[in-house]
Amino acid sequence: MNFVSYYRCFQGIGIREGLRFVHQRGRFFSALVRPLVWLFIFAAGFRSVLGVSMIAPYETYVLYEEYITPGLVGMILLFNGMQSSLSMVYDREMGSMRVLLVSPLPRWYLLSCKLMAGVSVAVIQVYVFLLISFFWDVEPPLIGYLAVLPALFVSGLMLGAMGLLLSSLVKQLENFAGVMNFIIFPMFFASSALYPLWRVRDSSLLLYYFCEFNPFTHAVELIRFALYGQFNSTAAIVVLSVLIVFLCGSIYGYDPSRGFMARRPGGGGG
Amino acid sequence: MNTYIKNFVFSASFASALFIGTMNWASAYSIYVSNEKDNTISVIDSELLEVIHTAEVGERPRGIELSKDKNYLYICASDDDIVEVMDLETYEIVHTLPSGPDPELMVLGPEGKLLYVANEDDNLVTVVDVENRRVVVEIPVGIEPEGLGISPDGKWLVNTSETTNMAHFINLETNQVEYNVLVDTRPRVAQFTADAKQVWVSSEIGGTVAVIDTESHEIIKKIGFEISGIRPESVQPVGIKISHDQSKVFVALGPAARIGVIDRETLEVVDYLLVGQRVWNLDLSPDGTRVYTTNGVSNDVSVIDVNSLKVLKSIPVGRLPWGVLTREES
Repeated sequence: MNFVSYYRCFQGIGIREGLRFVHQRGRFFSALVRPLVWLFIFAAGFRSVLGVSMIAPYETYVLYEEYITPGLVGMILLFNGMQSSLSMVYDREMGSMRVLLVSPLPRWYLLSCKLMAGVSVAVIQVYVFLLISFFWDVEPPLIGYLAVLPALFVSGLMLGAMGLLLSSLVKQLENFAGVMNFIIFPMFFASSALYPLWRVRDSSLLLYYFCEFNPFTHAVELIRFALYGQFNSTAAIVVLSVLIVFLCGSIYGYDPSRGFMARRPGGGGG
Repeated sequence: MNTYIKNFVFSASFASALFIGTMNWASAYSIYVSNEKDNTISVIDSELLEVIHTAEVGERPRGIELSKDKNYLYICASDDDIVEVMDLETYEIVHTLPSGPDPELMVLGPEGKLLYVANEDDNLVTVVDVENRRVVVEIPVGIEPEGLGISPDGKWLVNTSETTNMAHFINLETNQVEYNVLVDTRPRVAQFTADAKQVWVSSEIGGTVAVIDTESHEIIKKIGFEISGIRPESVQPVGIKISHDQSKVFVALGPAARIGVIDRETLEVVDYLLVGQRVWNLDLSPDGTRVYTTNGVSNDVSVIDVNSLKVLKSIPVGRLPWGVLTREES
């Protein structure tokens, strides 16, 4: 296997993900509408209830819309990661995953390509969302739009890897509702996406610790700091570490001889 | 080759000159903040935007004013019933001035000799000679006098009285009230425009700013404020500052935690800027490019860029920051 083969494989997976993105316009709009509804309606309704915050990286008081924008960016990445895993389950049920997994290239590489392609699509959605929110008076410094790019990729890969791991565990498409209820919602709500953690600490110390241990909190904070041209080293270390753990877990999970798929009745994927 | 070297040296010199020029243009200044509850004055560096010194002063410091030579700071120590004079080189109180009871706000005459102090409890404006350190005259005004604005030529003093709800026009040649203008409830701050043709008076409870014509003594317009998501009773206009180019007026809106920006020409509110809680007073930087606001409940000072109308930063200071002013470094 040479470099060209690896590149061709990445290109193939990337184009497939891109085509899926282009053909499923509804998916694009729903991915965009979801955070916009939160920004336009939820944030407006809670503006005076939740008040304003002055915490790092902000140097002054910000409106609630501005505070939740990084959280909503995280939401796009989170839902996209889950969508990716959903499509893996679907591919497995439909049999198209076999086409992917019979490739002579190593499985870790195939999964990484799949992840990278999924995150690239999510990043496009994030930038469209940031553009719209700019006209809603969410105006981070210009450098922030560039600085946030690596943070988006790292956070997106972490959430995507989590999705991959989940997809190796979820047997059928119908079971995905459980994933929504038990993974996505607790992850999103028990994080710093919607409210600063000092507010959570005021009401429940236990919940505060839960939020602190939630990797999604760190993904949101990494994005929040980067969007304002700053680097949050703790968040970066946590996100990278969790990415490695989830990625290794999903590579193991998709290994037909050892992984979780092997232990299912009927074994192997597809 | 020599030509290249010459060109390089010339370009480098030109760039250096430009850089040094820029440095000189953006000259440093200090920001002084009176902290009502801590009994201190916070000194903020304009480049660092950090508190670089905190000086202990008398009880309940509120209104502050610079001496004409800008070397001394006059401080209304309200609960001590005096005006303290601080040397801005040493931050020491060098002497005090008589002020009458409960001095809150004051204004220095254009010649720098007379200080006009509002005495809330005695319904007086006390005129103090800062050189001889004695009271020259006491001018009876309305009930609970508060704000003081002096015309650029020093001929007229406008004093607001909180309970009478009036702006009193005092002729400083006779020290007599000559005109009274009824404004909305609880008037606070009075500010003359540079051409002295208008006086702007804020009404804390009324929630408006009255623009008064100084010739006719009629109100040209009462400007109200509507901020979405904020209850009208939380909008309490207090501090007023007019930009150096006279195009914009900045109004501190108290518990609304906003600065209202008014267009001088249209007399319409064009923007609301989010700052700290209970924003009370404000001042412009010496070059007019920034506005500094004291936020009483959140204990900080917000920094606003005048051109972009963006809040750049909020700087923690002492408890209950009240008065603020800027001074160019000599």
